[in-house]
Amino acid sequence: MKILVPIKRVVDYNVKVRAKSDGSDVDIANVKMSVNPFDEIAVEEAVRLKEAGKATEIIVLTIGPEKAQEQLRTAMAIGADRGIHVVTDERVEPLGVAKALKHFVEKESPDLILMGKQAIDGDYNQTGQMLSALLDWPQATFASKVELDGSSAKVTREIDGGLETIEITLPGIITTDLRLNEPRYAKLPDIMKAKKKQLDSFTPDDIGVDFGTRLEIIKVNDPPVRQGGIKVASVDELVDKLKNEAKVL
Amino acid sequence: MSILVIAEHDNSELKPSTLNTVAAAKEIGGDIAVLVAGSNCGGVAEAAAKIEGVSKVIKCDDAALEHGLAENLAKVIVELAGDYSHILAPASTYGKNFLPRAAALLDVQQISDISAVESADTFTRPIYGGQAFATVKSSDAKKLITVRATGFDAAPAEGGSASITDHAFSGASDKAKFVSLEESKSDRPDLTSAGIVVSGGRGLGSGEEYRKLIEPLADKLGAAVGASRAAVDAGYVPNDYQVGQTGKVVAPDLYMAIGISGAIQHLAGMKDSKVIVAINKDEDAPIFQVADYGLVADLFTAVPELMEKL
Repeated sequence: MKILVPIKRVVDYNVKVRAKSDGSDVDIANVKMSVNPFDEIAVEEAVRLKEAGKATEIIVLTIGPEKAQEQLRTAMAIGADRGIHVVTDERVEPLGVAKALKHFVEKESPDLILMGKQAIDGDYNQTGQMLSALLDWPQATFASKVELDGSSAKVTREIDGGLETIEITLPGIITTDLRLNEPRYAKLPDIMKAKKKQLDSFTPDDIGVDFGTRLEIIKVNDPPVRQGGIKVASVDELVDKLKNEAKVL
Repeated sequence: MSILVIAEHDNSELKPSTLNTVAAAKEIGGDIAVLVAGSNCGGVAEAAAKIEGVSKVIKCDDAALEHGLAENLAKVIVELAGDYSHILAPASTYGKNFLPRAAALLDVQQISDISAVESADTFTRPIYGGQAFATVKSSDAKKLITVRATGFDAAPAEGGSASITDHAFSGASDKAKFVSLEESKSDRPDLTSAGIVVSGGRGLGSGEEYRKLIEPLADKLGAAVGASRAAVDAGYVPNDYQVGQTGKVVAPDLYMAIGISGAIQHLAGMKDSKVIVAINKDEDAPIFQVADYGLVADLFTAVPELMEKL
């Protein structure tokens, strides 16, 4: 079984992001970049499936600037076999990304696509669903447990109010949620080995996909700052304030 | 303009997120229709017809729609899409699952999780886990949008008298099927729509203390219970208690953060609450910067005292 794992280079989740003073975008100059955490979970899950003898090859794919190669190497250090890089400095949106992914799915014919449920920069939560629609494949989003059984996958999904289990036929798409697994730290020998793994680069023109955006960014602002209130000295004062000042009790 | 709102429901009850989504539709302005797609969902369709501001309810009742599988729901939406300029769904795990699928089939770049309507084509939405807000203008002819419930006050559930029409479903997908649902059982109000939320964090030290202190306080106040990601990661409570960037976004009238330091990730999920109370023994905890009323105290004595005095 061949697994495709699309990943994204994003601002590291520990970085505090601010809007630029001109409101044109967020300021991400010189900040630490990482593999989108949900995608890293998808890579880890694919590697575990390979270690369990259920998968034979793992391809990681990214669309992004030259430097996104670092994230492909990280994924290959975790255990992916080879990488595909569509190099572009332009801003891309989920629909364009899904169309580009479709191009490579048709070329590579994976049996399973594992990907993060959303990237933590744009927070769209769309690409997996869109890709499965374009391919007419079934989808299992927000996965916290995946069991492969030959031609199908049983997936437990984290939904509001509980856990839902569905079964999809393969080929299919699974998007990962936070609790699916805890990704390993790549060991130094694996990091060295990853540098020698195959990585093929493409331009958007090579694959004939239009990344033209449909959403124009009018402005980007910091969120309104919430003013802190007062400190109360005792439980009595707290109860009094809640009843008589805030009137919420 | 004509707007289609996809109702969130469990075939017996209309979920409150539908009312917030109708409120967003009203801000866009135009005729509002509501789609109730499910199985034996006639009662839900009747409830939807009573929502103030709704002029039409489309009921699509078929066994294949019982569990809201994305493949089938997206198909219904695409069949109906021709009549509407805007299609809105709640940005819950329900709406997030199927709307992007419908959007791709319609060749539309969806606008996710809007928190404000600026005009019929321009919307504001949180990015970077709520660390910034982007205002975006869509150039697509049709807009597909998921709506953040906390951004819009619920439309009144009563006052409307919409007509109900039927839409037939056929061609169910055989590629996905429902297996089971394990509901998190609780007699407490739902976390995302409760008027009061009591949340506990790492300061509690154990799941046992969470159950001894947070749950009784919540029950006394008729509140929902929540938790920080640290408390979830430490195994005190299940993941669906989590409030924050990677959990649920809440905006109750009163939010009580107990033993929660206030990491950015947690604040992203609760800072729109009307009144925030923090109880923490560390007077420098960041939670005090957003709390309306902060009490620097040992929660193990303060919470029992609070219980007694309420």
